[in-house]
Amino acid sequence: MTVKPMTAKEVTRKVINKEELFILDVRNNADFADWKIEGRYFSYLNVPYFELLEGVDDILDRLPSDKDILVVCAKEGSSIMVADMLSEAGLSVSFLEGGMKAWSEHLEPVKVGDLDNGGEIYQFVRIGKGCLSYMVVSNGEAAIIDATRMINHYLEFAKNLDVTITHVFDTHLHADHISGGRMIAEKTNAAYWLPPKDAEEVTFDYNPLEGGSIVTIGNTAIDIHALYSPGHTIGSTSFVVDEKLLLSGDILFIDSIGRPDLAGMAEDWVGDLRESLYSRYRELSWELTVLPAHFMIIDEINENGSVAEKLGALFENNHGLNIENEHEFRKLVTENLPPQPNAYQEIRQTNMGKINPDENQQREMEIGPNRCAVR
Amino acid sequence: MTVDKVLDAKGLACPMPIVKTKKAINELESGQVLEVHSTDKGAKNDLTAWAKSSGHEFLKHEEENDVLKFWIKKG
Repeated sequence: MTVKPMTAKEVTRKVINKEELFILDVRNNADFADWKIEGRYFSYLNVPYFELLEGVDDILDRLPSDKDILVVCAKEGSSIMVADMLSEAGLSVSFLEGGMKAWSEHLEPVKVGDLDNGGEIYQFVRIGKGCLSYMVVSNGEAAIIDATRMINHYLEFAKNLDVTITHVFDTHLHADHISGGRMIAEKTNAAYWLPPKDAEEVTFDYNPLEGGSIVTIGNTAIDIHALYSPGHTIGSTSFVVDEKLLLSGDILFIDSIGRPDLAGMAEDWVGDLRESLYSRYRELSWELTVLPAHFMIIDEINENGSVAEKLGALFENNHGLNIENEHEFRKLVTENLPPQPNAYQEIRQTNMGKINPDENQQREMEIGPNRCAVR
Repeated sequence: MTVDKVLDAKGLACPMPIVKTKKAINELESGQVLEVHSTDKGAKNDLTAWAKSSGHEFLKHEEENDVLKFWIKKG
C-alpha cells in the first residue's frame, strides 16, 4: 500500500475544518507528553519508533481502519521508516513532511479584517506553537507586528500584495520565540520599534515605542496607537489599530491572560498586570476586536481559522478578567504556573542580540508550545 | 570503565543512530559497554528512553564540539 507525505499546511486545514485524523506519534513518550499536534477530532497513539524496530505487528490492532493515519516524528526520518513498515503490512498511511520541526514553523495567513480606506489586516497563525503575528496593510505600505523568525513568509506575502514594509513592531521582548522583527527591518529598511523598558539590554538600535505614540501606515492614515500595558513584561505595549482592533500582545488572550514571571519578576509585575487588565483595558471600547499574540488551546481558533474576539465578550467570559479579589488574582498568576517555555532565557538573550545561535539551534530552542499564558 | 565497542554514528539522522546502536549492542555480551558517537541532538533523549525500555543501562553522556558521546551497558 502507499505512503504519502502530508504537509503541515494540509494538517492545519484539518485542524481548522475540525476533521478527524489518527496520529501515530513515534517520538519518545516525554516529547509527546510535552507537545503534540492538537485537533478537536484527532485521536492519538504514541509508540516510540525505537520500540518498532523489530516490526509493527504489535500495534496493528490499535490502529483504526476507518480514519486517515498520519505518522509523526521530530524531523521526518523515523516516521517514514514506520510508515513504510505499516505500508508493507497492508495499510495506507501518510507521514508528516518535515516532522514536528515543520509543524512548529508553519504559518497560516488569515485575513482578519478590513480597515478604513481599503486597508486590511492579516493574522499569521503559527499553529504548531500557538504564536500569532500580524500585517497591517494600507495604501501600498505594511506594518508587521510580533513577527516570527520565518521572515520569508512575511516578505513574500508583502511582495504578493505589492506593498512595502515600512514599520516593524514587537509588543514586548518575547520569551517563547525568536523575533524576526529586527531581521525584517534590516532587510527592508523599515523602522523597528521596541518598548524601551524591555530593551534596556539590547545590543542594537531601535525606535523607542512609548505609550501614546502614533504610527501611520500608508497615506490614508491607518493609525496604530501604542497603549502601554505592562504586566507580562514591564515594557509590554498594546496597539489600537484604526480604532477597531486591539492587538493585545501577551497581556490578554482569548481564554487566558499573560503570565508575569518569564523575566523573573512575577511578584513585582502582578500589580502592573492587574492594572493593565482591570483598569487600562476597561477604559477601552468593548467593541474593539482583540487580536492577541498567542493562543493556548485550539478551542480559541474560530471557524475561519482566526483567533479574535470582541473585548466585551472577553470581559464577560475570560476567567482571568473576572477575578474580583486581588489576592486571588495574585495567587493565580504567581502560583501553580505552567512550566516555562523551552529555553526561554536563551530566547530572551537572542531577542536582545546578546547571543547569535544558528538556524538549527534557534529551531531547537523553540521546540514545544509557547506557554506564555495562565488560565 | 572498559569500552568494548565504539560505534561512530556521526552525521546520521534519526532513526539511524538508534538502528545502528541496536545492531551494535546485539553483537555484545551482557555486561559489556558500547560507546556511541552521534551528531543528532535528538539522540540523547531517544537513546536514554530506548536503553530503559530494552533493559540496557544508560551509563552517561558527554558533549564535545557538537559530538554527543554515550556509554551504554548491555543488559
